Amino acid sequence: MEIIKGRAFKFGDNVDTDQIYPGRFLDISEHSAIAEHAMEGIDPDFTEKIAEGDIIVAGNNFGCGSSREHAVITLKEAGISAVIASSFARIFYRNAINLGLPVIEIKDMEVKEKKELTIDINNSKIINDSGEEYNFIPFPEQILEILESGGIINYYKNNLEG
Amino acid sequence: MHAIEKILANKSGKDKVETGEIVNAKIDLAEVNDLYLQVIKSFREMGGKKVWDRDKVSFVFDHYSPAPTLKAADNHKQMREFCKEQGIGKLFDINKGICHQVLPEAGLVYPGMILAATDSHTTTHGAFGAFGTGVGATDLASILISGELWFKVPEIIKIEINGKLKPGVMAKDIILNILGELGQDAAVYKAVEFSGSTVKEMDIDERMVLCNMSVEMGAKTSYIEPDEKTYDFLKDRIDVEYDPIFSDKDYEYDEVYEFDVDELTPQTAKPHSIDNIAPVAKVKEEKVDQIFIGTCTGGRLNDLKIAAEIIKGHKVADGVRLLVIPASDEVYQKALDGGYLDIFLKSGATISNPGCGPCLGAHQGVLASGESCLSTSSRNFPGRMGSTEAKIYSVSPAIAAISAIKGRLEKAEEGDPDGNN
Repeated sequence: MEIIKGRAFKFGDNVDTDQIYPGRFLDISEHSAIAEHAMEGIDPDFTEKIAEGDIIVAGNNFGCGSSREHAVITLKEAGISAVIASSFARIFYRNAINLGLPVIEIKDMEVKEKKELTIDINNSKIINDSGEEYNFIPFPEQILEILESGGIINYYKNNLEG
Repeated sequence: MHAIEKILANKSGKDKVETGEIVNAKIDLAEVNDLYLQVIKSFREMGGKKVWDRDKVSFVFDHYSPAPTLKAADNHKQMREFCKEQGIGKLFDINKGICHQVLPEAGLVYPGMILAATDSHTTTHGAFGAFGTGVGATDLASILISGELWFKVPEIIKIEINGKLKPGVMAKDIILNILGELGQDAAVYKAVEFSGSTVKEMDIDERMVLCNMSVEMGAKTSYIEPDEKTYDFLKDRIDVEYDPIFSDKDYEYDEVYEFDVDELTPQTAKPHSIDNIAPVAKVKEEKVDQIFIGTCTGGRLNDLKIAAEIIKGHKVADGVRLLVIPASDEVYQKALDGGYLDIFLKSGATISNPGCGPCLGAHQGVLASGESCLSTSSRNFPGRMGSTEAKIYSVSPAIAAISAIKGRLEKAEEGDPDGNN
């Protein structure tokens, strides 16, 4: 996969899917419209602050709560390139992989708000703005292929054609 | 092996599975609720033409029923058309209720099965000895194509609950207490079994509450060993043969927790997280604007019965809105037959049609900024029921009922569980 570079936007523990994507917008199904509400439940101005490629860095249990895939769609469509967290809620984690949004588990990483992070998924490491390197557990081959395909839909398409 | 492992092994054609192993398991029932038009979109994008087995697919309209917005109406329409096109007969339209209540009542949930649904509270079905798990739209779409889904065999936590509950203390209080002790990430990626004398004593309605809220600890699935109470619930509903699955006696759990509930008092999850737990007696909330009795956590017949018995002969306090939403049409009918709805109506409550109601802030009782709500639902995240400036206290149906009369968060007086002092 290509190297990901983006500024870090930091959040705490237990950021739930209602904060990532409030329930009152769940009847929306167009992805571009879903993107407008990213993180609205925790920071209503979030989409105005971020630029394409920025990265969310959070604590434990990111994405807990509902199974809504909107929570991944909204981040991806808003331009978030990856989410790094100490741990993830499992449905959010599966949804993210399925939609091709890299989700990386790493604990105790030094990150400064809005400073650039570099994520090298192929070599499973993250470099912060001070040049410090942090390693994470490599993705299994199949998960890496899904991420590289941009999600499981394209992965299926590629594999079926192959 | 644990029963959960045996189910995964059975469904993936293996004799044995181990923790951490990834298996491809056959799905016995795939259910889509009305938040997830994306399932159909993804199914088409993946090249899906026909669902793998139309008899193993169900659609339930519960989160937005009846449709409160034009978008929701259009989603329902497209889903109805999909069911017609695919020959899917198990479409439970807006008149039925919440999927986790409707599916067991329709005889579609049984011990030993795997049920995957686009709803995190699918863990509820552990109350029947079934492997129920929530998935997103894309996972569900891939099931519609292949009939299978990959699972990592989870570590399993045993939560043993022993003791006799005091009058007025409910399964909801037990699970809130557990969440307060263990925290909302205690079971992330893991499965949870509930056992012990208290669970054995519980009726199905109350067992479902424990399993339902195991997802608030992050659980992948949950399990309660099936017994006579399970079979009694199923016997007039199920028309398939099923084999209850039990754990080996020598199975070694990843973690074991024991809770003695003899002295447990009513609990509440204060704003804004479900593990922010305190005994109701120790919480001072100055005002309550809305009280909601309903949802897949707290809207079953037992919940309505207990609440109605407390409210009988009383009026809802001035300035309080009491919403009552039965979890399903069957619950609605039985609550009507039992006279509970009459009690609620006479007390000044608002009764709405079966469904998820305001739990997710979609409709039927959304909260305004600065308002405070007591809810028998399972989530109190900021903004869950409307404004992010609103406060939600998660409570049992008994506490919701007592508080509706008193006009504030209130426990029953000592020795008077009905609060009729």
